[in-house]
Amino acid sequence: MNKIRIATTSLAGCFGCHMSFLDIDERIFELLEHIEFNRSPLTDIKHCDICDIGLVEGGLCNADNIHVLKEFRANCKVLIAVGACSINGGVPAMRNHHQLAECLAESYLNGIGVENPQIPNDVEVPLLLNKVHPIHEVVKIDYYLPGCPPPADAFMKVLGDLIEGREPSLPKTMLRYD
Amino acid sequence: MSQSISIDDIEVPFESGQTIMDAALAAGIYIPHLCHNPCLKPHGSCKLCSVEVNGRSVSSCTTKAEDGQEIINNSEKLNKARLTITQMLFIEGNHLCPTCEKTGHCTLQAVAYHLGMLDGHFPQFYPKREVDASHPSIMLDRDRCILCELCVRASRDMDGKNVFAISGRGTDSHLSVNSPTGKLVDSNIDKDDLAVHICPVGAILIKEHGYEIPIGCRTFDLRSIAEIDLGDVKLSEKSQHNE
Repeated sequence: MNKIRIATTSLAGCFGCHMSFLDIDERIFELLEHIEFNRSPLTDIKHCDICDIGLVEGGLCNADNIHVLKEFRANCKVLIAVGACSINGGVPAMRNHHQLAECLAESYLNGIGVENPQIPNDVEVPLLLNKVHPIHEVVKIDYYLPGCPPPADAFMKVLGDLIEGREPSLPKTMLRYD
Repeated sequence: MSQSISIDDIEVPFESGQTIMDAALAAGIYIPHLCHNPCLKPHGSCKLCSVEVNGRSVSSCTTKAEDGQEIINNSEKLNKARLTITQMLFIEGNHLCPTCEKTGHCTLQAVAYHLGMLDGHFPQFYPKREVDASHPSIMLDRDRCILCELCVRASRDMDGKNVFAISGRGTDSHLSVNSPTGKLVDSNIDKDDLAVHICPVGAILIKEHGYEIPIGCRTFDLRSIAEIDLGDVKLSEKSQHNE
């Protein structure tokens, strides 16, 4: 039987959702009987092949985030927004109160301890967006897994449902936004 | 002669003058609500408590119970409308639960859990709203204000002070402070006022009391909003701070 192919990525986030996913501990062996990881920080594969499920952590704060998200959407049959940042922008969206120029100046020109102040300008550095956005504003999302981060059990529940061909659902005890 | 209404086919007695909300709460039936508090005159602004009475949609907190009313409360259609209202409240403000001291004690969050809200659905507004940290004991963060006017009513009707009002219109509506500078520090508010403790979200907070109860052990981490509003447990912010 072909295994279910899963891709994961972190956009504008802290990788906490991936860490929470890894909190499933030894249950990952049980999961690996049914799934294989494609593009993911766990495999270091840089571009995803056609996948069954894409897990996207983090919101959109730069041009590369949008590129990666669109690649995921094009290649993943089911796309899941994981965590507060992907769903409503989360902590990175707190910069939306300020102008982008103010944020850059604070970080790279006027910040305490900054030496040789200059705004980074290199083709390798993705251009920042004026605002941080949740991912549903750019691509269609199939399912949402809230939390900061979602508990490990919530990952197991949603993936378990999908593996067994059920519509994913979360019991109230696993539904939290903090 | 005893009078009764029917809520989701359950017969509920009521006394003259009671609203549908009053009768439902007394009978142990939860109707989701945010701007209602039994201590204060009903306001009818949030519309979460909308029910269908004889086929018409009304706010249960402002509609008087009348003998023989047949009321639908817990239907898929109404809960879907309530979910949409709650999603709009989230996206119209800056409700970032992971950064909020009120998380776990927040009624808006708890109602969203109750309704199974997974996302905001609509594009985020990310409005710019003013924070007032001028008062030594009280914090006002308008990012989280849902304009329920509980603080307005509590200050006016219970504290006798008229500290708060809603100013502006539409998306510019905001909580304003009745003081010469518009700042809390120049008002006659006191940290023991009901207006300070009645905020259902994290817009009005008492300073120097952060994280006394760990996340995971907070009000709505332990009980659902339905259980709490029906009086199973009383865990007000004020009582926690006084412990």
